[in-house]
Amino acid sequence: MAEITYLEAIREALFEEMERDVNVMCLGEDIGAYGGAFKVTEGLLDKFGENRVIDSPISEIAIVGAAAGAAHMGMRPVVEMQFIDFMANAYDMLTNYVATARYRAFLPCPMVVRGPSGGYVRGGPFHSQNPEAGFIHTPGLKVVYPSTADDAKGLMKAAIRDDDCVLFFEHKYLYRRIKAEMPNGDHVVPIGKARIAREGRDLSIITYAATVWKALEAADQLEKEDGLSLQILDLRSLAPLDDDAIQATVRKTNRVLIVHEDTRTGGLAGEITARINERSFAWLDAPVLRVTAHDVPLPYAPALEDYVLPQTADIVRAARTLAAY
Amino acid sequence: MRLTRTLEERLVALYRQTKVVGGLFRSLGQEADAVGSAYALERRDILSPLIRNLGAMLVKGATPVEILKQYMARGDSPTRGRELNIHFGDTERGFIGQISPLGDMVCVMAGVTLTFKIRHEDRVGLVYVGEGATSTGAFHEGINFAAVQRCPLVVIIENNGYAYSTPVSKQTAAKQFVDKAIGYGIPGEQADGNDILAVYDATKRAVDRARRGDGVSLIELMTYRRKGHAEHDNQSYVPAGEIDRWERENDPITRYVARLTGEFEFTAADIDAVDERVRREVDDATDIAERSGPPDALDALLGVYADPPAAEPLWFREGSMGAVEVHERPEGWGTFNSSGESH
Repeated sequence: MAEITYLEAIREALFEEMERDVNVMCLGEDIGAYGGAFKVTEGLLDKFGENRVIDSPISEIAIVGAAAGAAHMGMRPVVEMQFIDFMANAYDMLTNYVATARYRAFLPCPMVVRGPSGGYVRGGPFHSQNPEAGFIHTPGLKVVYPSTADDAKGLMKAAIRDDDCVLFFEHKYLYRRIKAEMPNGDHVVPIGKARIAREGRDLSIITYAATVWKALEAADQLEKEDGLSLQILDLRSLAPLDDDAIQATVRKTNRVLIVHEDTRTGGLAGEITARINERSFAWLDAPVLRVTAHDVPLPYAPALEDYVLPQTADIVRAARTLAAY
Repeated sequence: MRLTRTLEERLVALYRQTKVVGGLFRSLGQEADAVGSAYALERRDILSPLIRNLGAMLVKGATPVEILKQYMARGDSPTRGRELNIHFGDTERGFIGQISPLGDMVCVMAGVTLTFKIRHEDRVGLVYVGEGATSTGAFHEGINFAAVQRCPLVVIIENNGYAYSTPVSKQTAAKQFVDKAIGYGIPGEQADGNDILAVYDATKRAVDRARRGDGVSLIELMTYRRKGHAEHDNQSYVPAGEIDRWERENDPITRYVARLTGEFEFTAADIDAVDERVRREVDDATDIAERSGPPDALDALLGVYADPPAAEPLWFREGSMGAVEVHERPEGWGTFNSSGESH
């Protein structure tokens, strides 16, 4: 089977799920005739018609709220945020309404909110964000953020079939840069399971999304130059977190570096560090360290963006510090 | 209307006995707008009430027992003690519970009615907002979305003069809220919210339009909030005499009773019989509700998600066992090997 890109993998999942279940529908800005700002939904309107692929006004609150209402009635809406940065507009609807629906009102709310996320693309402050931490913090929401094309497809299918709201972060830097062959058949990746992206002995990197690839680059370099063997855990699901996989890698290598593209304060790395501290403190040979973005809005100029975001060289440097501790 | 008022009066008594756990929200003087509008719907239709639409929920089949248990946070209340006051729903009976952020339900009901449209179901939705909620982004986005999609939805603005303490003059520069319909390209109608028959007629016209496939309508119902935002509110911001005047001259129940006896040949005995039946129903409901106990504390951890079905009790809570308590350690922890290295 031919390889397809991360973006095509997401589109393939949408196609397959809409064919499988008539209740699956797409809702968003410019997703129909235009096919979406990044063309993720290209071809869906022609195939499934305008009752199931709905071009909405510029109204993030309304499309998330309407998706919730439709989900209560038995639909499985997939909402596109044109850029994930705009999910902030729907923060109230997601956290106050959607996340609490099952708990407070026993209302099913099976829906997906998906969109292009992340930096390294010179997108500036409003087309580059990684706002996952605010939603991971909200009980009632699930959050996934794949790093590979096959996980993108398999997690999208799992997200659409999940009986609760799943926020599906797509890394726009990866959209057309990476490819993979899709597994045969009905390829569903379970939500809540991490993936070992590289086996190693000396040190663990826990990461997700685009920085998985930077960690892999760093691991190659460290193996060649320092003879270090790095294990890389790709979280894939951020809520729920695969706690067992996190503890297992800590207990195997005893040294842990957490890497994410999101900013530092209040970012997911702090939560992972706390969990390691609670369950695997006795296995640690060194403090848990973090490589993250700096705590600033993401600037536009290449020199500025490159400085703010974590780079492969940062990971190499941090890993050497840990290995020498 | 009588059931709404008597039930709320009973809740006031229970509130003063501290049996109502949280705040108490009255719809005194606005019963006609909730009840009259809900009667314009069919059984299969769905409405989403706001805090002063207890009457609409009762029309849709919510029971006094449920309301009382909910206010008293009982374990077998409709939300098992998770939500306050009249924040609950039942899609089978045709009402979806509101949340506190205002205007959000307009968006949700846009989605509910979008589904009716997509599935070619002969069903209509009705959503209530106070005049204050028209200032929110959610109201605007929801009604615009529904209008563009021609969803079978009726939006009722209950203009009761105050949003908490904020009067209409500080809520909008528009002359009247119904004018907002023009901006959305939908029909708008204003009606006397304290005349239950006028409320019914206006709502019925909008419901019929929605059912015909003619999309969204906006109705502004003119009414007056005679009690505070909630029971704690002393209404110090209300001009002297205003509340008394509405009570004396424009009470929706008094007006309806006058029409029933004047135009429709009801006798005083007929009206008394209704009042007596309602009183008995509320008495019985109170007895039943008071027999229920509080929820089991561990129920708090159930049902955030379909999967996993329960959250874990945290380790520091008595009766729980957690990672730290268990003292997981690597093998050989705390001992020294021959080379003097610890692990």
